[in-house]
Amino acid sequence: MNLAAATNEHLASISNTLIYSSMAVYTLAFFAYIAEWLFGSRSKVGRTAAALTATAAGGGERRAGAPAVTVKSAGGTAVLERPKVVVRSASGARDVPDGPGAHGGDEQGDLYGRIAISLTVLAFLVELSGVVARAASVERAPWGNMYEFNITFSTVAVGVYLTLLALRKNVRWLGLFLITTVLLDLGLAVTVLYTASDQLVPALHSYWLYIHVSTAIFCGAVFYVGAVATILYLFKDSYENKLESGGTPGRFARSVLERLPASASLDKFAYRVNAAVFPLWTFTIIAGAIWAGDAWGRYWNWDPKETWSFITWIAYACYLHARATAGWKGRKAAYLALIAFGCWLFNYYGVNIFVTGKHSYAGV
Amino acid sequence: MSTTETDKGREQEELGAAGSRLSTAPQEEAVSLPGLGVIGWARWFWRQLTSMRVALLLLLLLSLGAIPGSLIPQTGADATKVDAFRAAHKTLAPVYDKLGLFHVYSSVWFSAIYILLFVSLIGCIVPRTWQFVGQLRGRPPGAPRRLDRLPAYTTWRTEADPEQVREAALALVRRRRFRAHVAGDAVAAEKGYVRELGNLVFHIALIVLLVAFASGQMYKSDGTKLMVEGDGFSNALPMYDDFKSGSLFTTDDLSPFSFSLKDFKGTYELTGPNRGTPRTFQAKVAYSEGADGKERSTTVKVNEPLKIGEAKVYLVSHGYAPVITVRDGKGEVVYQDAVPLLPLDGNVTSQGVIKVMDGYRDAQGKKDQLGVRAFFLPTYGGGASVLSQFPALLNPVLNLEPYHGDLGVNSGIPQSVYQLDKTHMKGFKDAQGRQLRGNLKPGQTLKLPDGAGSITLEKDVKEWAGFEIVQEPGGGWALVGALGAIFGLAASLFIQRRRVWVRAVRGADGVTVVEMAGLGRSESAKLPEELGDLAANLYDRAPGAPDPDDSTPSPAGPAEGAEK
Ligand code: HEM
Repeated sequence: MNLAAATNEHLASISNTLIYSSMAVYTLAFFAYIAEWLFGSRSKVGRTAAALTATAAGGGERRAGAPAVTVKSAGGTAVLERPKVVVRSASGARDVPDGPGAHGGDEQGDLYGRIAISLTVLAFLVELSGVVARAASVERAPWGNMYEFNITFSTVAVGVYLTLLALRKNVRWLGLFLITTVLLDLGLAVTVLYTASDQLVPALHSYWLYIHVSTAIFCGAVFYVGAVATILYLFKDSYENKLESGGTPGRFARSVLERLPASASLDKFAYRVNAAVFPLWTFTIIAGAIWAGDAWGRYWNWDPKETWSFITWIAYACYLHARATAGWKGRKAAYLALIAFGCWLFNYYGVNIFVTGKHSYAGV
Repeated sequence: MSTTETDKGREQEELGAAGSRLSTAPQEEAVSLPGLGVIGWARWFWRQLTSMRVALLLLLLLSLGAIPGSLIPQTGADATKVDAFRAAHKTLAPVYDKLGLFHVYSSVWFSAIYILLFVSLIGCIVPRTWQFVGQLRGRPPGAPRRLDRLPAYTTWRTEADPEQVREAALALVRRRRFRAHVAGDAVAAEKGYVRELGNLVFHIALIVLLVAFASGQMYKSDGTKLMVEGDGFSNALPMYDDFKSGSLFTTDDLSPFSFSLKDFKGTYELTGPNRGTPRTFQAKVAYSEGADGKERSTTVKVNEPLKIGEAKVYLVSHGYAPVITVRDGKGEVVYQDAVPLLPLDGNVTSQGVIKVMDGYRDAQGKKDQLGVRAFFLPTYGGGASVLSQFPALLNPVLNLEPYHGDLGVNSGIPQSVYQLDKTHMKGFKDAQGRQLRGNLKPGQTLKLPDGAGSITLEKDVKEWAGFEIVQEPGGGWALVGALGAIFGLAASLFIQRRRVWVRAVRGADGVTVVEMAGLGRSESAKLPEELGDLAANLYDRAPGAPDPDDSTPSPAGPAEGAEK
């Protein structure tokens, strides 16, 4: 074994250590999130029901606490008052305030939540270095097989979450759900999918690999965030429906769902996330077709992977159409979004494992 | 939650024309029974087909319809798998055949779905385009009666003149590139038409993409050619091993060019857990374009096809072609050629047949034919191992199993060059009376018994490369369509189309009441932000006046929405 190979093996083992360490930190973060939810449940929050009964009582059309406009100061003159923008939700929509988040307004819960986020940042950095070390060990982009896919995928998903947090978007409630699945994803990666570091077969030698695969992973991570929001939307929506029709939801549901954003906010968030990444997904498929044209001699082969990418694309197009079609908004559209994400998942796990096609990944 | 009919009705009433035409999406109309007669039915059918609801259903059907093709073997992708499936599922296969499930993407029902979808698409695009042109020519609709009913609203009182406020507002929104005009007591402005344009471009681009793809399929040609190092090829039908073409293809469409394979080289991982995994495949070729163009040389790799004229030459397979010399009973060379062998596994254990058809005479001088089954191991592991241990030529061994008799090549039944029909052949026997077998290293010779001749494996083991030569016109248009689709989509999803109204009216007490409101079609938090920004700007030009002591609402419009 030559020297270069030895350093590579060394880097690969460093990468493995880093990935395991990040799992450990994610686990700590997971417990901190749990603590946030547990302590948050102490405070009693019942805003949804209050808001809904207020609406029912009439007159509550306007949302309280509408965003005030920030206005430049006008040349130092004493300012009387500034125009404030009043926001009114579209007719037919429920006016429900967003929940306070997992900590439920409880100070100790909030503290645990902040610890959880700090741990998530730490775990993210460790995992990221693990991915980079892996890339260095194989001297190429770290996405040649399913193990590398999984570790990159979860890194990107957490990266998307942290970026949204840094942009001060209201996404803190995603934490527990995201980290749970990140742990699952990593667990699968290090047990079932583990592949020793390896070079690529000639068909994967192409700069299209960087373009096509990196966008595919990114789209998957963002679609995943959208899917989580969609699922929570469905729960929260039926919770609100139940309250509206005078029912009493169970204590657990009340405790958890009360703290999430309003169903309308969740729905909007899911839509924006999915819609924002859809053009990139379109690009991913087209880049894949161009690559296939160079590698296999045909742009479109109806190879299972291509077919499922196409199905996923059509399913998301259905979802976007549904949002634009009266009578399909809301829950029906949400089901379509989940089906679309299901197609994406199947394309990744199902097609790689059960169906053989031209897309081959070493080690699976 | 769905918008109920009454909600919609109320919204419509409040917004009037102001909320109309904010998009060109077709209105969903109540399903009314068609009028009498054929024309009534045709119109009804057309309305249904071009409605968003049906477009949605067709899209769903298309994605469902694409599923079986990914799970059931397809003749287009792998015909041998289909045969295996047919053999394994005797009852299911005929049913699948009837449903076209072995060629889903060219089946009648799949075609029906996408043709309907594209008819629907055209039927949708044409009226929307006209509507959009109309919107571009017209002006943004005037302000609704009650601005405070709109999703974003603000108001204040000012000492400035209503005309001045309107003028300032008009200048302001125009600077922000709104299309705007004064209608009555209010400024009406609209922005974000690119959204609609993008949406139309996207849907038109889908049609361009499909047409390009379909015409490409009809004019395409696609053939393969196996070439041993040193072989040449010129682009004409008889030169191909295997050739397929679209229904409108004619042989005149073949680009004139020729090329020859100078050298093929494969490199493999030498150590580690992935020993033997291919690293690079390269074919050095010399090519010339046209009937007698200048010869140039280049390297064809797996991801880098050679582009000549309309055609692309892809490197798709490779293997070994040992050079074999056969001498007959009199010691004369009757055969000398490189014999391409087909790889059986990743380490290129290869198999093939050497067929000596004429010229061979046995020890007695009688005419005969020879057939030799050949196994080739580029890296022989020693002992009884029959599988190659590595794909490169580290320790090559050729295993031969010679027969003589009638090869059956003249029987009229097409024969594979890689298979030996032994029905009329007899094996050569060794001293013990068993089938003769020989393991040759390069340079070694296997003697046939009783002076029947010899077979020599020459020192130089050649390699062969398989090329696929594809001509598929329309690629450029497909790319244009694809790019159009992406940019159209991005515009359609990221740009907000929205309207802003600024009303300025003198109230009963002589103070001007300014009201601003915004309406967007899509759900965005940006709308209130933008309105606030505009309001702040306008406020600088028309500063607030003190509130009247009594808070009776001014007759110009209810200011109740304003937060104090
Ligand atoms: C070939 C299949 C089709 C695909 C893949 C497709 C895809 C899409 C996508 C992804 C959008 C979202 C863009 C946006 O929200 O602005 C969209 C919007 C739209 N599509 Fe299609 N579409 C197809 C066929 C059709 C057909 C047949 C119609 C006509 C009935 C149609 C009418 C519309 C309209 C009106 C919108 C805009 C809705 C709005 O303004 O929000 N599409 N389409």
